[in-house]
Order: sequence, then C-alpha cells, then structure tokens
Amino acid sequence: MDIHEFIENFAAQFDDTDAALFTAETNFKQLDEWSSLTALSIIAMVDDEYDVIIKGNDILSSDTIQDLFNIVEKQQ
Amino acid sequence: MDTTYNPFSLMGKTVLVTGASSGIGRETAITCSRMGARVVVTARDQERLQDCFNQLNADVEGHLQFSADLTNEDDVKQLVSSLPSLDGAVLCAGNSTTLPLQFGSREKFDEMFDINFFAPVELLRLMYKKKLLVKGASVVLIASIGGTHSFMPGNGVYGASKAALNSVMKYAAREYASRRVRVNSICPGMVDTPLIHRGTITEEQLAEDAKRYPLGRYGRPEDVANGAVYLLSDAASWLTGHDLVIDGGFSI
Repeated sequence: MDIHEFIENFAAQFDDTDAALFTAETNFKQLDEWSSLTALSIIAMVDDEYDVIIKGNDILSSDTIQDLFNIVEKQQ
Repeated sequence: MDTTYNPFSLMGKTVLVTGASSGIGRETAITCSRMGARVVVTARDQERLQDCFNQLNADVEGHLQFSADLTNEDDVKQLVSSLPSLDGAVLCAGNSTTLPLQFGSREKFDEMFDINFFAPVELLRLMYKKKLLVKGASVVLIASIGGTHSFMPGNGVYGASKAALNSVMKYAAREYASRRVRVNSICPGMVDTPLIHRGTITEEQLAEDAKRYPLGRYGRPEDVANGAVYLLSDAASWLTGHDLVIDGGFSI
C-alpha cells in the first residue's frame, strides 16, 4: 500500500477542502468539511480500493490520515 | 372485560416467518406463537433457527422449521414444496447496508436487491401460485421507512430495495384480493437488532441518532412483531395494500 495514493483517495471524498491540506499528518476530523457522510464515504472508498472493511470505530480512533492508513494496511 | 373476546388472536392460524433466526423475524415468530399461531420458521443459520424454534410457545402443537437461503433457487423450491397451507406469512429476511450512492455499484445494488426484494417477491409469488395461501390469508412484508418515508444519506441502496418491495406489495394487494388474500407491509424506523450493530455506524452515532426519534428511542423487535400480529389477525380483515409506519414518530 502506498501512503501517497491513500491520501489522494482520501482527499477525493472531499469537495471544498484545499487538496494541499491533505498530508499523512492531517487531523482529518478537524476539517470544516468533515461530516458523518464523509466518514461513510471513507469506509466505502477503503472497501472499494483496498478490499478492506473498516468500521466507524476505526475512524473514531484515528486522528491522522496516517493512523487510518496503518489500520487499513494491517488488515490487508 | 370479556376475556374470551380477542380479535387479535392468531389461534388456529398457521403462519410462516422468514428471517426467524434473529431480530424482527425471531421476535415475530415467538410473538405469533404466543398469540396462538402454529408457526413455520425459516432462516439460513440452522443453529440460531433451532434456538428460535425452542422459544416458540409449546402450548401450540405442530410448529415447523426449515433452514433455507432464500436467495438460493433450489432452497426456495425445497422450502415451498415442504410448506403446509398458510393463513399468514411474515417475510422478514433481509439485510442492510450503509453506503453513499456514489459507491452504489450494480454489484452492491444486486446484493441488496437479491435478499431484500427478489427473495421475498419470489417466495410470495410461489406461495400464491401454488395456492399455499388459503382464502383470507394475510401476508406481511417487512419493508422500511427508508426509500418511501425517509431518505437519509447513505441509505439509498437499502432504501431503494425496500421501496421496490413496497411497490410490489401494493400490486399484490390488488391482484391477490380476488382470492381474499391481503398483502400489507410494515415500515419500521431504526430497530435495535444485531443488523444495526455491525460497526459501520459507531455506537456513539447510533445513540445520538436515537435521540432524533420523537418517542425518544429506537424501535424494539416487539414493536414490529405486534404490528405484524395485527396485520395477520382477523382484526385487520378489511386492510390491504397498506404500509404501516412504526417509527416512533421519526417520519412525521
């Protein structure tokens, strides 16, 4: 798994947030655009792109995109 | 009070309940048996089906159980050929998914429609065609407020399958009335069953969501089971083609 590609896929679930704001260290739940629907999109994206089923709690327990990446990578 | 008067009784009726191994189906099967019905239960998971079967009111004789996967054509054929004549059927077997529409591929829709739409519609068709539903029988389809009364983000794939089911319910009500068979549905709001605790939505989000229900909580399986008893009973003899919303006031 490639973190850069993951960040790109992650960022694609947003519409109004500047792409430059997405790095491995981004605290994604602090973003203005973050919502419960974005969370559902992230879960669906991970299923689609990585064939991994993550749960709402995985999002809840992740602060940064890197945190979530690590969870997905471990399950792959 | 006249204790012998009970138009809601299911005494003397034989009722099929699908999806009886868990949640709404399990509760409906047990409640129907307690209301006097002889119950025929079916589900995929044999062990959990047996567990439900063991909970059926033993004062009524002749309960039956058949394990079957209703998305499997051979299983359905086998089930239909084993069924006795029915005074009622509550088709509860189903699944749910929470998925934004942009991820709702044909594959995801097919998965949902197979179990939530095609499975109950095919079973209903065969039960009617093979005249297993006696004159005056009552069929209850478990649909949802999703897709007809409520359109929450992430529920589109699920809601569409339930809306399609509600639509067929109304057509069947019109067509089957010639044999005096009634067809209705129940549209529950969120009901606290294992189905909603699969983790896509966190427990915190569920607790927060439950607060949005005017009656202050999510539904319990018995809330739906009791509605099914009414629709199955002679108290509802003049009711057909109706989608009974049981949702704690959510869709008001």
